[in-house]
Amino acid sequence: MRLTNIWIVYHKELTEALRDRRTLITTFLVPLLMIPVLSVGFTAAISAVIGKAKKEKPRVMIVGGADSPTVVDGLKRYPKIKVIPTSDDWKTQIIEKEIRAAVEIPHRFQENLEKGQPDTVRVYVYRGELKSELAASNIESYLKEYRDTVATERLEVHHLPADLLKPFQVKQQNIAPPEKVAGAILGGIIAYLVIFMCLNGGMHPAIDLTAGEKERGTMETILSSPVSRTHLVLGKFLLVLTASLITAALLVVSMGVSFTVLQKSSVMEAMAEEGEPAPQLTLGPAAIASVFVMAIPLAILFSAGLITISLFAKSYKEAQSYIAPLMFLVVAPVAAAMLPGVELTPKLAIVPLLNVSLLCKELVTGEYHWNYIALIFASTCVYAAGALYLAVKMFQRESVLFRS
Amino acid sequence: MIEALNLSKRFQDRKRGEVRAVEDVSFTCRPGEIYGLLGANGAGKTTTLRMLATILEPTEGTARLCGHDIVQHPQRVRANCGFLSTATALYPRLTAQEMVEYFGRLNGLDSATLKKRIDDIFERLDMNDFRDRRCDKLSTGMKQKTSIARTLVHDPPVMIFDEPTLGLDIMTARTIIEFIRECRDRGKTVIFSTHVMREVEKLCDIVGIIQSGKLLAEGTLEQLRQRHGENDLEEVFVKIVTPHYVPEAI
Repeated sequence: MRLTNIWIVYHKELTEALRDRRTLITTFLVPLLMIPVLSVGFTAAISAVIGKAKKEKPRVMIVGGADSPTVVDGLKRYPKIKVIPTSDDWKTQIIEKEIRAAVEIPHRFQENLEKGQPDTVRVYVYRGELKSELAASNIESYLKEYRDTVATERLEVHHLPADLLKPFQVKQQNIAPPEKVAGAILGGIIAYLVIFMCLNGGMHPAIDLTAGEKERGTMETILSSPVSRTHLVLGKFLLVLTASLITAALLVVSMGVSFTVLQKSSVMEAMAEEGEPAPQLTLGPAAIASVFVMAIPLAILFSAGLITISLFAKSYKEAQSYIAPLMFLVVAPVAAAMLPGVELTPKLAIVPLLNVSLLCKELVTGEYHWNYIALIFASTCVYAAGALYLAVKMFQRESVLFRS
Repeated sequence: MIEALNLSKRFQDRKRGEVRAVEDVSFTCRPGEIYGLLGANGAGKTTTLRMLATILEPTEGTARLCGHDIVQHPQRVRANCGFLSTATALYPRLTAQEMVEYFGRLNGLDSATLKKRIDDIFERLDMNDFRDRRCDKLSTGMKQKTSIARTLVHDPPVMIFDEPTLGLDIMTARTIIEFIRECRDRGKTVIFSTHVMREVEKLCDIVGIIQSGKLLAEGTLEQLRQRHGENDLEEVFVKIVTPHYVPEAI
């Protein structure tokens, strides 16, 4: 009858959880290490690869061009590529990555140029291969330079001003503040990680406290104590919720630290467009707090859902096999929110998971649409309450508790 | 005091359809008496005792423990009984003392009473050596003692034992038998189930013979022997059960 029983159950489950290595790993270690490994490690690796590719002088071949020495000489002198003697199997060599790209100078290119006849220079590239594309763009940038020189010369011959062919310039100018640029890039990922961690953190305790208890034979013991089944399941639920929220909170903290470290490194400058400030990766405390607040009803939903599902299982392993497909169910809408162009609409605002993911994406960029926030928070609370009700109901059913 | 009043339990089985695990079982056990429920595997012993302990709810009928109805006030019933079976395991990551404390708290004992009770029980059962050892590190005998301490911590007037000696070695089983006898001597109402004739002969004041969910015979050992003209309890049991015995479906 007494509500203190919930606390007694919670306290006992907490004691046990803190002595369980598996719980400690999934709740504390995974969120603390995941972000540094993923973000710092991954970005560092990527920037190292890109940097190396940029530094390496790509080897290219010139096909034809015997009758056009000017352009061939120019290409050979161009510092961003290394022209090597042409062989007949240049195409195979590109495919096999012996060389990165090839440029084909058409027959009588120079002659045609002098006559003013249009011509096409082909650059052969292996699309999708980073180093090949880089080589091709280097070749192209030389060719563009050369074309500009030719054009300027032609204008000069006719005593025309050099900017005749460029009556005006077009330039994109970014007006999004640096933190919003980062928000747009990271918002989806952050929401994804927080939601995923809420689920992941609750998973092991939820199974351990239900199916695990059946498996170890303690279910009958606890059911013979005067605690009511409702209080018992609520105590267990609170523990799962705690684990889920701690996991998510630790993830947010480790994310904050990792991003600050990343910011100090030169990686972000490499990502910036020329002449613009580097995107800010540091998330404001307000953004972090708001994402976390939105995650709370979601964590309730997950905890109650996980308990309900794993309660059906007779053993830890069986519960795991029930929950594995659930992961896909959760990941799909959250991943959908990361797609560019998917934005909050009133309809999407009541789709569970997708709504919170989309909202978090906006919260991180500092947008607060209060009507959406209220709607999404309320609808998630309704789903959470439903799931919790279901968990409590399931715990009253003999056919579930004593399934054989 | 336990009064079972037409207790019945049916459940649905996917293969066998409706299973009548317990049918219309009524009996009474009084304080200071040991009631033995004797039956083969699958006879309905466990289901009956689980209903008395309010772990399962009867489909029909009811029972009263110390005047509390098992359907209407299951929590009051649980507060008045201790339930022990081979299926009631301990929490592996709690120490023996924490385990007993947990159940004491759930029974609403305040810290002072709880401490006194625990010191008392641990002394009596000679458990002080492994007080702070985790339950998963205990020997079978130590585990059994901890389980006993768990059922005793709230000093319940009714004790329910479901095949308490199943799978235990002789020495551990003896501890349990000793303990059951002690419960009776302290004036508790005791019911226990078994399929071991020796235990019945050693312990029981009243025996109920159960088969296919029905209580077929009841009485003191002497009454049963006389009624069926056999001296050996096993013979008595076979005589009573044979007409109703359906071998378990394979």
